[in-house]
Amino acid sequence: MTSTAMPTAGQHGLVAHSDGAFVPVQTRSERFRSVNVEDFAPITGREHEWKLSPVAAFADLTGGELDGSRLAIETTDASGISFSYIPRDDARIGTAGTPEERASANAWSTFDEALLVSVTGEDEKIAFVTRTGLGDTPRAAHTVIEAAPNSRGFVVLAGTGAARLSENVEIIVGAGASLTVVSLQEWDDEAVHLSSQFARLGRDSFLKHIVVSLGGKVVRVNPSTHLAEQGADIEALGLYFADAGQHLEQQVYVHHDAPHTKSRVTYKGALQGAGARTVWIGDVLIGNAAVGTDSYEQNRNLVLTEGTRADSVPNLEIETGDIEGAGHASATGRFDDEQLFYLMARGIREDEARRLVVRGFLTDIVQKIGSADLEARLTAAIEAELEGR
Amino acid sequence: MSVLEIKNLHVNVETEQGTREILRGVDLVINEGEIHAIMGPNGSGKSTLAYTIAGHPKYQVVEGEILLDGENVLEMSVDERARAGVFLAMQYPVEIPGVTVTNFLRTAKTAIDGEAPAIRGWIKDVRESMSNLKMDSAFAERNVNEGFSGGEKKRNEILQLELLKPKFAVLDETDSGLDVDALKIVSEGVNRAHANTGLGVLLITHYTRILRYIKPDFVHVFVAGRIAEQGGAELADRLEEEGYDRYQVAESAAEAVPAE
Repeated sequence: MTSTAMPTAGQHGLVAHSDGAFVPVQTRSERFRSVNVEDFAPITGREHEWKLSPVAAFADLTGGELDGSRLAIETTDASGISFSYIPRDDARIGTAGTPEERASANAWSTFDEALLVSVTGEDEKIAFVTRTGLGDTPRAAHTVIEAAPNSRGFVVLAGTGAARLSENVEIIVGAGASLTVVSLQEWDDEAVHLSSQFARLGRDSFLKHIVVSLGGKVVRVNPSTHLAEQGADIEALGLYFADAGQHLEQQVYVHHDAPHTKSRVTYKGALQGAGARTVWIGDVLIGNAAVGTDSYEQNRNLVLTEGTRADSVPNLEIETGDIEGAGHASATGRFDDEQLFYLMARGIREDEARRLVVRGFLTDIVQKIGSADLEARLTAAIEAELEGR
Repeated sequence: MSVLEIKNLHVNVETEQGTREILRGVDLVINEGEIHAIMGPNGSGKSTLAYTIAGHPKYQVVEGEILLDGENVLEMSVDERARAGVFLAMQYPVEIPGVTVTNFLRTAKTAIDGEAPAIRGWIKDVRESMSNLKMDSAFAERNVNEGFSGGEKKRNEILQLELLKPKFAVLDETDSGLDVDALKIVSEGVNRAHANTGLGVLLITHYTRILRYIKPDFVHVFVAGRIAEQGGAELADRLEEEGYDRYQVAESAAEAVPAE
């Protein structure tokens, strides 16, 4: 998708879109936002943020009443990472972002209390928060993950079992802090999970944000990162594996809003089975304050069988000429028969050869996660996905 | 005593222009420990023979047989052929992103032997073979063929040949694109495998250059999908002096025969 060609009559943006005569939002940061669900019109499925999603499958989450009580969670202990609940009027709530669509606003309007995950201290540590057994009730949740200035930590937000959940996650990264957040979706086959995740990065802070979507009927995790202060650095990684009938979506937004900020966005997905569906939209906005920005985003999809569909839409908006670099790439390819032949010509059976190639394709994401335990667990989960063919 | 027999082999390939007949009746017998050079001009069907033996799905055998110790190779899948003892060193080995050479070699060895190799001996064997082929040990942790130079890819093929210990190896233009140092290193690897395991070799090449380092017992000249002439090593010397020109007439005549 990288191109240096001159504008042509058919170039994107020079002619009106076929999806309506309305004037599109000109700049990504100027999208309508509100914490109040009533401020958003009911969803039709034609809205730009919904048009690739199966909206009928979760009308209860975008339009219905949600249960905003505490979710059932299991947590692991780690010194320097604590869990508590904070009221809706806590000053931290809303500091990392504001809903840009109705499911997010519906959850925001409904949650009773927010789960606060508080990271302090400079030692490395890891904690898991697992939401499990949420049942069939449509639910709302709000989570705030706060990393104190100069702190370090690794937080895994996991989901298993049944769920119909719309949630917002705010990630507040203090100055000089280094935080990893993994959103790990291993839901049951019928689960629906809509998650808007907002991160605000302080001066010289680093966030590694990882979305891993393996299980669930519809999983839509949309991380927005506001590089609000000088020197902020985001590494956004994603890994997804869609089976027959699964819809896995991620709309990733990075807003460079301060000098010398850096972003690297790398999402990789595999699709296998009839109706396996993935969506990746990657928006990067480099604002006029963001001189010296260094940005690169890419999405790669590996199509393993017929009957799948992968959408991949990178968007890059640049408002200042003074940047280090900005690029994007997108590629969706079929399983390579020549790779298969090469491996089989060395005696390796077809199923094992396929496993090797897919594992190889996804491995650079897995290896960047930075937790040996989690890497081993995900490798096993990917193997299981492949076995399920 | 192992033997690889190719009998009256006819092979077609589908192209955009329709079916093309590439091999038009190839007969060849390779006994254990023998080195056969297949030489011929571009487009004569040498690589087709190599890939057909290995079982590439692009090539359709319409007539003839390939037998390994009497077993019908054409009924075997690609991986079964490899496990039966047939090895193809490819002209253009593909990259396998995310799969390290170490992991790949161990997986292949396990598949060929039917059990995982004993760790200590295996690591030693890999190190030794890599060192013989003047491959830096850092190669082991690189992804298969990813970012390898042409010469590195060919060494990696011969590394597999030495470690997997097949009965028969088809070397498809392993010499192409190699400088003289790399050519010597790769040839020594083939000679080692030949000496150590009684490997039978089908050495496919356009040039006589590699035959200075790997001495063939037999030379077959391939023109227009069949063997036009065969002899001993002296035939290669003659080709070196005369080139393929004296076969070109026959080739043009053969090309004029329309495919079925």
